[in-house]
Amino acid sequence: MEFVDKMRQKVAAAALILGFFVAWELICLLFGVPEIVLPRPSQVMDTLIARFPQLLPHVIQTLSTTLTGFAMGVTVGMLLGAIVGSSKVAYDTAYPLLVGFSSIPKVAVVPIFVLWFGSGTVPAVLTSFVICIFPVVVNVATGLATTEPELEDVLKSLGAKKREILWNVGIPRAMPYFFASLKVAITLAFVGTVLAETIASNRGIGNVMMIATSSFDVPLVFSGLFLLAILGVTLYLIFSLIERKVTGWAMRKSELPAA
Amino acid sequence: MLTMSVDTRQTAAAMDQQQDGQGREAIKLEGAEVIYGRGKKTTQALAPTDLKVEQGEFVALVGPSGCGKSTILKLVSDLLAPSSGNVHVGGREVGAKRVGVGMAFQNPTMLPWLSVRDNVMLPLKIVPPFRSRYRQARKGEFRDRAEALLEKVGLKGFGDKQPWQLSGGMLQRASLCRALIHDPELLLLDEPFGALDQFTREELWGILQNLWLESKPTVLLVTHDLREAAYLGTRICVMSPRPGKIIDDQRVHLPRPRTISMTYEQDFVQLTQQLRELITHTRPDAA
Repeated sequence: MEFVDKMRQKVAAAALILGFFVAWELICLLFGVPEIVLPRPSQVMDTLIARFPQLLPHVIQTLSTTLTGFAMGVTVGMLLGAIVGSSKVAYDTAYPLLVGFSSIPKVAVVPIFVLWFGSGTVPAVLTSFVICIFPVVVNVATGLATTEPELEDVLKSLGAKKREILWNVGIPRAMPYFFASLKVAITLAFVGTVLAETIASNRGIGNVMMIATSSFDVPLVFSGLFLLAILGVTLYLIFSLIERKVTGWAMRKSELPAA
Repeated sequence: MLTMSVDTRQTAAAMDQQQDGQGREAIKLEGAEVIYGRGKKTTQALAPTDLKVEQGEFVALVGPSGCGKSTILKLVSDLLAPSSGNVHVGGREVGAKRVGVGMAFQNPTMLPWLSVRDNVMLPLKIVPPFRSRYRQARKGEFRDRAEALLEKVGLKGFGDKQPWQLSGGMLQRASLCRALIHDPELLLLDEPFGALDQFTREELWGILQNLWLESKPTVLLVTHDLREAAYLGTRICVMSPRPGKIIDDQRVHLPRPRTISMTYEQDFVQLTQQLRELITHTRPDAA
């Protein structure tokens, strides 16, 4: 039963994606949309396959930049989140500042990074770093701050120290929140990288798309988009998988035993 | 052991106490008062209260809801500091000396990411002298210890389950195991059976009585079930409504081990009836 349900869901999701591309293809054919305005998916795929060897170094560049920024962002976000979430005072004090930082449009920050570090990989790493801190901080802090006092009391009554309580209750309790934030952060990290690459870099998919746009090579622009989407989805799936392994206890609803 | 007549048990205990000079004191509250809030918006949760509990006693605290029964437990377990007065546990100021405390709450408060067995073994991870050996003994000695205890409460074979796979009554049994796994000198129970159906509750009374008879820790049980208090307690303290204080303190002279059928006998019924009257008379709306 359950297996059938799951399969049905997956088939439906796949059908929707496929249907989207088929509709796109058909509409382009039907209305004779020129390639320079909106290339058909089949044309995009052709371009993608034909130019893949040239695109590959850029894919690697973008991917490594994103992952570096993401790793930095997650580390810093986790530490900040732990500090902010560990006490009510810290939570209330730090929150306005965090919200302020996160509401700055990141496009506006890239030129500053370029000013400081010159164009290239560094601003891209920093942009993706900055952009993915916030969701991690907020989620980790929320996870820690919303820990049920009853669970903490169990350890407190045993004479546990604050560090032991954090380690045995706070952190495991915050894990589902942390992983939820990772999924958001990894997609945002891509946004940050491509943003910076578009503005100030000579490598990476963002840069390729930038150059392709200026030379009206629209299929190549769309190839870049496709690549980004594929990378984003792949990393998202990887993190969902880890999440399910680590925090399965928090997502058991669909697998409750019938009895 | 369990069939041993209670009179001999009690005299034996009394003789021990005489040899010591007097029964050793496990808990002492002296004018302990708890006030929540600051400034004008204060609530007195517990009026200055005196209470002495000797080692090995099973004290049941009964009273209307909100009277500060749980507050007393929080004071003794060092989860809360008194606004004034003193709280001594094991002869010293609470918190000054590490006393083995086991605690069970109305909610089972199992950590959902651990298996039932790991939940039960949690105190061994925190409390000395067990904690230093936790890593080595986790899969051997401690595991067996947890399994043995789980078997005693009727949860044999459930150690590997996740908490959400167990019913409320089963979780409460596991919670009792967790409170007892480190052989605490002091067992603090905050309405542990409050959320259970009558049959499960009565079964657990029997289990708790057996566990207590085995190692005789000092127990402080908060409950508003008078039958529960009379069945389990060696002594019953009745509290007044908020701000609570102890208005009656009496020993229960029923033989052990007590049985459910005893709860329908005259002595027992008389006792619970008397307790009930004490509580209803002190209620502000009783007039």
